Order: sequence, then C-alpha cells, then structure tokens
Amino acid sequence: MPFKRFVEIGRVALVNYGKDYGRLVVIVDVVDQNRALIDAPDMVRCQINFKRLSLTDIKIDIKRVPKKTTLIKAMEDADVKSKWENSSWGKKLIVQKRRASLNDFDRFKVMLARIKRGGAIRQELAKLKKAVA
Amino acid sequence: MAPTSKLSQGIKKASRSHTYHRRGLWAIKAKHGGAFPKAVKTDAVAAVAAPKFYPADDVKPRQPSTRKPNATKLRSSITPGTVLILLAGRFMGKRVVFLKQLKSGLLLVTGPFMINGVPIRRVNQAYIFATSTNVDVSGVNVDKIEDKYFARDKKKKAEKTEDELFETEKQTTKDLPQFKKEDQKAVDAALIKAIEAVPDLKAYLGARFSLRDGDKPHDMVF
Repeated sequence: MPFKRFVEIGRVALVNYGKDYGRLVVIVDVVDQNRALIDAPDMVRCQINFKRLSLTDIKIDIKRVPKKTTLIKAMEDADVKSKWENSSWGKKLIVQKRRASLNDFDRFKVMLARIKRGGAIRQELAKLKKAVA
Repeated sequence: MAPTSKLSQGIKKASRSHTYHRRGLWAIKAKHGGAFPKAVKTDAVAAVAAPKFYPADDVKPRQPSTRKPNATKLRSSITPGTVLILLAGRFMGKRVVFLKQLKSGLLLVTGPFMINGVPIRRVNQAYIFATSTNVDVSGVNVDKIEDKYFARDKKKKAEKTEDELFETEKQTTKDLPQFKKEDQKAVDAALIKAIEAVPDLKAYLGARFSLRDGDKPHDMVF
C-alpha cells in the first residue's frame, strides 16, 4: 500500500501526453507543486506537468539540474536503456511498437504462425489427454 | 541622332523635314507615282446584312475549352511489382501484383491467375490499396499489352429472321481467345517463379484481405 515510485531528482519517467509522448525522461528539478524540469539526452530541457508523466522504477544518481554531458554519463552508468528494455513495461511498449509497424504481409505471416502454434499446442494437449484417459 | 530622341517633353531633336527624309517617305511617294498608297477598304463591313436581333447586353461568345487533361499521376507508393489490394469489384479483397500503368491512366495488374484467379486486368488507382510488399518483376515482359488489348470485340449483327431473333442469345459465347490465354501464361511464368522464391508469399497472394474485429485501417501500416 505505501508508495514506491517518488518524484525526485533522478527519477526516470515516461511522458504520457503531448508532443513528446512515449519519451523516457529524467526529472532534474522540481519547479513547483505541479511542474518538474525534465531532461533527456536527445531533447532540450523543459518543464512539464506531473500529470503528463508516468513514473518508472528506475532512478539515477544526479545532482539538481546537471549539465547535459553529466546527465548522459549518469544515464549510461546506471544503464537506464537496458534496464528499461528488460523491464516488463518496457518490453510491452517495444512489442506494441513492433505490432503497429507490421506491414500487411507481416500480419499475414503472423497469422500463419499463430495457427501453426495453436495447432502444435492442441496436438500436445490431445496427446496428454490420451495419456490420462 | 534618332528623330525620336527628345530634347524635352514634346520637343524632338530632329526636324520634320529631316524625319521625312530619313524615313524614306520620298522614296515611297516616288514608287507610287507621287502620292502615298492608300489602303483599300474591304467590303467586309458592308457585306454583313443588318442583323435582325441585337442582344441587350454585350455578351462574350463562349470559347471551347483548350484545356487538356493531365496524365494520371501514379501514387509514389506504387512501383512495378508492388502488391496491391483490390477494394471493389468482382475481385474485391484480392491481393494482386502491379505490372505497369497504361496510357489511359489505369493500372495493369495480374493475380497471377494460377495463384488467385485474377487475370491480366486493368484497375483504377482509386480502388486499390498499395502495400509495401514488392515482387521481383524484372523477368516479366508486358510491353505488348496496352489499352487496345482490352477493347471489346464488336459483335457482328446477325440476320434477324424470326427464328434467329430468339436463337442469337444462346449463340454468343464469351470464350477467351487463345492468344489471351497464352499471354496470361507468359506473363505469369516469370512472376510465379519470383513469388515462390519468397516464403509464404504465394499463400499471401492467394488469400483475400479483410478487416477483422479491432482493425483500424487508418492506424494500420500497409
């Protein structure tokens, strides 16, 4: 029941609304009760409302408002990218993006693969049922 | 010192006599026996009889348009070998291979016939989806197929005796001429080889496209 993900300097968050939708950013300062200053290696540092952020489990070790190069180094040291991509949340997003970019032929191939997989599962199940019966 | 050069507003540099000599007006006069040639008034004005009706307003006569329609622009996503999805007509939903654009602007496509039953056919660009899948058509020669290939044969008028009036309905059979069947085979031979080289592509072309529950065509990448 207690909160686990806090808004703090170094908290990695995902932008969930607006022009930078889907971007992973780091909170580098808190402006006031509603807004934070965020920064990421490939964007200009800007302010954003907390409502537009979804906090993640990842936290990095930085001082308040670090230089861009310091930030990048801290992110690499903490290995944010691989931690994100290995987390179940990050994996889900990667799969969603892949599915959205599938072309018509790819979707057809996926359908064939699902049918094949379903067939294999049903065969195994039938074998197991027979063994029990 | 050209006579038209001005000293000031309204004052020419050269005098009237100088200008007269310079322009050779004396030579023209001498050529025509001492007088300027007078232009002969044509009788065209006198020849037209007084019209019976004068329209109340001065209306410009309508000119026929000289605008020529532009050649149909081919979508940049469509190149020879692109797999297209037909959206309307008898072959709605079928995935076909694009061959070339004809002069009339229509697209020449083929199933290939052996794979999905679509023959060499013309189709309008407006009724297709272009996918990003491409088939290798380098071995296919469609140079001799043009719009004339698809023109309908003119039916010869049968003699209309009483009996034949009822019989003609049965006589007109729409059998495909042999050369068209052979053209189909020739075009498809190289295509089918290229298609079989890609796994699953043959099954893909044989299947029809349809939207399922949850599909959002505006979000889907084709």
